[in-house]
Amino acid sequence: MTFETRDLSVRYGPSGPWALEEVSMAVPPGEIYAVLGPNGSGKSTLMKALLGTVPVTRGEALVGGRSVGAWRRRELARSVGAVSQTESTAFPISVRKLVEMGRYPHLGALSPMTPEDHRAVDAALRRCRVLELADRLVDTLSGGEFQRVRIARALAQEPCALVLDEPTASLDIRHEMGILQLLRESARDGVTILLVTHHLNLAARFAHRALLLDGGRVAAQGPVREVFQPEVLEPVYQWPLSVGLDPITGSPTVTPLD
Amino acid sequence: MREAGAVGLLLVLAGVSILLSARFGAVPLTSTEVLSVLTGGGSETHRFIVLELRLPRALLGILVGGGLALAGAVFQALLRNPLAEPYILGISGGAAAGAVLVLSLGLASAASWFLPGAAFAGALLAIALVFGVAVSADRRLDVRVLLLSGVVVGAFFSACIALILALAESEVVRSAVLWMMGSLAGATWQTVGIVAVYTIPSCLLLLTLARALNLMSIGEETASYLGTEVEGVKRLAYGVASLVAAAGVAFAGVIGFVGLVIPHGVRLVMGSDHRMLLPLSFLAGGAFLTLADLLARVVLAPTEIPIGVITAFVGVPFFLLLLRRSLRA
Repeated sequence: MTFETRDLSVRYGPSGPWALEEVSMAVPPGEIYAVLGPNGSGKSTLMKALLGTVPVTRGEALVGGRSVGAWRRRELARSVGAVSQTESTAFPISVRKLVEMGRYPHLGALSPMTPEDHRAVDAALRRCRVLELADRLVDTLSGGEFQRVRIARALAQEPCALVLDEPTASLDIRHEMGILQLLRESARDGVTILLVTHHLNLAARFAHRALLLDGGRVAAQGPVREVFQPEVLEPVYQWPLSVGLDPITGSPTVTPLD
Repeated sequence: MREAGAVGLLLVLAGVSILLSARFGAVPLTSTEVLSVLTGGGSETHRFIVLELRLPRALLGILVGGGLALAGAVFQALLRNPLAEPYILGISGGAAAGAVLVLSLGLASAASWFLPGAAFAGALLAIALVFGVAVSADRRLDVRVLLLSGVVVGAFFSACIALILALAESEVVRSAVLWMMGSLAGATWQTVGIVAVYTIPSCLLLLTLARALNLMSIGEETASYLGTEVEGVKRLAYGVASLVAAAGVAFAGVIGFVGLVIPHGVRLVMGSDHRMLLPLSFLAGGAFLTLADLLARVVLAPTEIPIGVITAFVGVPFFLLLLRRSLRA
């Protein structure tokens, strides 16, 4: 599954400011692609445009080579799993029921879950290490547990692409690394991964390529080593930065100075 | 298993509520007399009381109460708001304005369908107004606007009602107030038939949306990522659930409380999966309203208490009890 935009521009309302301007990018299957940029740079808008929840004003947003608007939602959800930044449940619901919702696009309106559906749910719960939480109510979970449950739900969709907005925002180091290793494994299996994040060092470590947005425009894109240069990052983040290489992992590391 | 038990229990309860409604009322009948009517015998008067007055009334209670409770559950899911109730789109105001207009013009007695017809038309007008405002420039249905315009349209109709009542004679005011408090007294086989035609297919349609409503109740954005056609589901569910509420309000007046509390009661006991919540709410709401109507008829017989008084008097303590139990668990 590929993601691609061609001169994509998005504005909210007919006279609103442009949230994205002429953004062109392409993510081939099996790649982890990081979308970076300061607050308000258009990261989430890009994600939503590619997922069809924000209308494209100009240009194109393509999923699997097809305009995202041409996909039926059910069909899209069988191919693309998405984890948005936040979500809250209106009524109490168990972890297992929430993850079972990932099977929705595979089920008819009235058809019951098949053994295959249950297998997919269990596998997703296990991969995100939340199987032991399955019978808990979602509103009793810690922030990190809830985040892992939501990622499990996206995996239960058995998608060939994943879009994640700050998936590790409230996770401790062990669970953060657990999720990123899981994403890396998925990418090795051919799953395309679009990772929206503020966490530069994690992006540097796990992404193959990165897109740096600034005020809705592309400031830089390419292999991580090319984007992670002080002269590229500093003007965008407007802060003095030092970029080094980690002696053990060999990945670029960004340290804010002062 | 637990689900099957709950469905069975509520089916039995609904059936029992119908039988009790046939058995008790202002005119004392013995169980034997009622039984002989139900098996095709009995005197002319008894047959009339049971078959033409009490049974249609009980069935209207099942349909209206069930419809309101199911519609309430749907609105609560769509709005992700536990305070949502079936009249939220200004339906009760629109229906009441229609009914009060007909009463004040003295047309209510001209033909039996004038009053419910005008109430239904008022409810549909309210729905149309609210939808017209809430469909925004980019053709999406904005739920916040929907909610707000529902409140505003309701307020407008309340003002219309106040104006009409201020100019009306005191007898009209009395019957208008009684109508607005809700009653199943107007039940005939014909009204049961009309309400059934609106309620049953609509409720079946809403049942097919149960899974989508599960997703909607965790948020529209997530629901669409999981494969829900959010705009389509919203339009269909709001429209159809409002139609159910409109049919109920047209023939039984504004009956509060059932649509708000029954879904919560079911949720507290059985959880929030709409595949169970919707059918159980229908059965529980139907049985509850029929039993409430029975109480309304017999407590101060031959005077009838407004049914809304009973739904609140019985429903509030019951609900508080459930709430406390769930907090302790």
